[in-house]
Order: sequence, then C-alpha cells, then structure tokens
Amino acid sequence: MRKEYDVVVVGGGPAGSTTARFAKTPANSVVLFEKDREIGVPVRCAEATSIPDLGRFVKINPCWIASTVTRARLISPSGQAVLLNLPANGAVLHRRIFDHDLAQIAADQGVEVYTKADVYKIERSDRYWRVYVRHLAHDYCLKAKIVIAADGVESRIARFAGIRTQTVLKDIESCAQAMLANIDVTAGQIDFYFSSKWAPGGYVWVFPKGDHCANVGLGVNGAHFDGRSAIDLLNAFISEKFPDAARLTCVAGGVPVAKSLKQIAVDGLLIVGDAARQVNPVTGGGILAAITAGNIAGTVAAGAIDQADWSLKTLKEYQIEWDKGVGKDYSRFYNIKEWMTELSDPELDEIAELLHDIPPTEMNILTVFKVALRNKPTLLFEAIKLFAKMI
Amino acid sequence: MIKIDQECCDLCGTCVSVCPVDCMELKEAMLVIDNSRCNSCQICVRMCPFKALELVD
Repeated sequence: MRKEYDVVVVGGGPAGSTTARFAKTPANSVVLFEKDREIGVPVRCAEATSIPDLGRFVKINPCWIASTVTRARLISPSGQAVLLNLPANGAVLHRRIFDHDLAQIAADQGVEVYTKADVYKIERSDRYWRVYVRHLAHDYCLKAKIVIAADGVESRIARFAGIRTQTVLKDIESCAQAMLANIDVTAGQIDFYFSSKWAPGGYVWVFPKGDHCANVGLGVNGAHFDGRSAIDLLNAFISEKFPDAARLTCVAGGVPVAKSLKQIAVDGLLIVGDAARQVNPVTGGGILAAITAGNIAGTVAAGAIDQADWSLKTLKEYQIEWDKGVGKDYSRFYNIKEWMTELSDPELDEIAELLHDIPPTEMNILTVFKVALRNKPTLLFEAIKLFAKMI
Repeated sequence: MIKIDQECCDLCGTCVSVCPVDCMELKEAMLVIDNSRCNSCQICVRMCPFKALELVD
C-alpha cells in the first residue's frame, strides 16, 4: 500500500469497481478498498438486470448469467396473473461472480485492490484528503486527491464531506431475501406479487437462478410498516408458496427508492451507486445505475487528475452528465413510484381485471401502465419513458 | 436507548441510512450506536429487516 494515491475508491461493488476501472490511466494511481473479506460477498441483491444495457459498458461473460428472462408475471392481491413480455432480454446474474470480475477488470488496468480494508474516516487537508484505513489490524493514513464514495446504502463516506445522505422513510424499502432450492419455477419468467398481505408498499420477487432455484425476496416501504418486519413477511410467504424449499442464503438489505442525491460531487469527492441513491425507484434495480454512474465518475476523475484540477469546477461534470441522463429518467420514475406505493389492494385488483381482456400479443409494460394510469394521464408520459428503460 | 442483537444483525446498513440524527455506524463488521445522540425515535427499529434492534429503558 502506498502513502499517496490519485484516486481512492471506497467500496468494491459494481459502482466502485466500474469507477476505479474508468479512473485508471497509465499515468495515475488508483486504489480500491473493500471492507468485507471478499469482493462480491454477501450478495444483497435480487440480481436481475438488462443484458443489452449492461453490454454497453462491459463485455458480457456468460458465467455471470444464472438465467435469462423474457417475460414477467405480475400477480395481484387476489391472485390474478398478468403476463407480459419484457422489452429487452433480461438476466438474473450471479452477482458473486459478476462483482468479482468487475474488480478483476479494474485490477487488469492497474487498479490496486485491498479487501478487509475499512475506511473509517476521511479528512480534508488543504487540497487533499487524508484517508484513514484499517486493514488486517493495522491503521494506515493515506493522502488522496479524489475519493470515490461507493460505500453502499449506509453512505458514510459522503457524510464526512458534509453531505446529508439520510433517507426518509417513504424513500427506502426494508428488504429480506432467501435463495431457495428444491422449488418449481418457470424458466425465463420473473414473478412479482403485489399485495399489502405480503409486502406493504413494495412487492415480492421470485427470480429464477436455475431449474429449481430462485431468489425470493420482498421489500416493505418504510412509510407502510404495519408491525411486520421484512423477515417475518418473507417467512410467511415462503411457508405458504414454497413449503418444501431449502434456504441456501438469507440476507437483509435496504433499497433506496429515492431521487438521487442533489449533490453527488464536491471538491475532491464523487458519490456513486446506492450511496448516491442511484436506483430505479420503480423497480429498485441498481446494477445498471451503478455502472452508468461509475462510467461517468471514473472518466471525469481520470480527466481531473490529468488536468491537475480536482476541484468541484472539474468534477461537477459528473453531476451534469448524471442529471441530464439517467438521473433525469429516474426523477420521472420517482413520480410513478410515489403513485404505485399508494395503490390499495382493491385498486391493484382492479388494474389486473382491466388487463385481463388485453390479448397477450399486445401485453407489455407500456400497456400495463396505460391501463393502470387511465385516471392519471399526467403520469403516462413518464410511463412511456419508463417503458424504454425498463428493468 | 437502542439495543442491538448482534447475532441477528446482518450488517446491511439500512438503519444507518435512515437514522435522522446520524448516530449509527457500521464499524469493522459491527453495528455501533452512539446512544448519547439517539432520540429514541425507533425508525431504525421499524426498518431493520431482521428485527435486530429494540428500544429498551
């Protein structure tokens, strides 16, 4: 470990590894610190994403793909199912392998990587950061020009830079997930259950990872908590729907369904991924957002080091690019999420009923939204945008 | 004050992200609470996916 780096990346998820990869040039030094003992573990993710979108940033390795997905089944509170074709080929990933490979791609560019490396404090000192890291029972203090806060939902690093990252209750889903084995799943299909019985203000997902295996999880919206925690609800769902399942993993997680942070760049620091609340607020999907943000942030950081100006003046380019691209779409989706989380069970059933008469060939996400939003025409424009960007 | 059941805690950081007074932290694979700053609002208690937190006297 050196005493000085041009760029220090905190967090080895997709946002951190992608930022590190694009920040690294032959002329600069980049290090990535991951607090856990292994990149990619634990997997706090339902693991679904869109293959063509992912392919814009990284060459797809078939080993990452646990199963491919072409359609979704939406199940209403009374049990009515709506089948719809997805606009782009989706996949359920093996995040464990995927995250590992993204870090390896960064390492191949010359990024140094340390695991079991906990960045517990950063301090501003003139134009630099002092970065305090604890690694294998030793404390180190490094000097860095740029710090990348890719430290996930707890978003601790950004707070050292004076940015308020606390999330309000309606903008976070409390989630629990198990990977179930010995269950029947339909190949190529992902299931969503909407019901206040199972997931108040959220949904249950069943995402197949193989022939008899799936990620089964749910999110409860913070503003809709009724005394039952995510793990209680998940246990109830599994007992009813998959009584014979074996549970290969069980994880907890918080998924931000917020607008991304207003400020994601300051002097010498960029915030990416879940830490910046860069998540599709309708689906809760964050993989593509993390990689898109990492691509921009890394490129901007590399340019800043090259120009020897890592003040906000240069780094704000990241903010501008994010805000006019994915950030703009997501702030529209946020309005749809606000509407969706308030739907009652009878309203959800009514939507499913209306969709019942639509021929399967015409059934897609846009149709669903057209029907669902028939009383909310102002949201239809956002829905059309959403259709183009789904998963 | 808030009591943490470290055996139940999955270190997911959900509580940290919602604490309005910023008194929780994941530190070296352990959740820690600065109870001197905690205002007992219990937002962390309701948001914990694994029921690892409770308000005690």
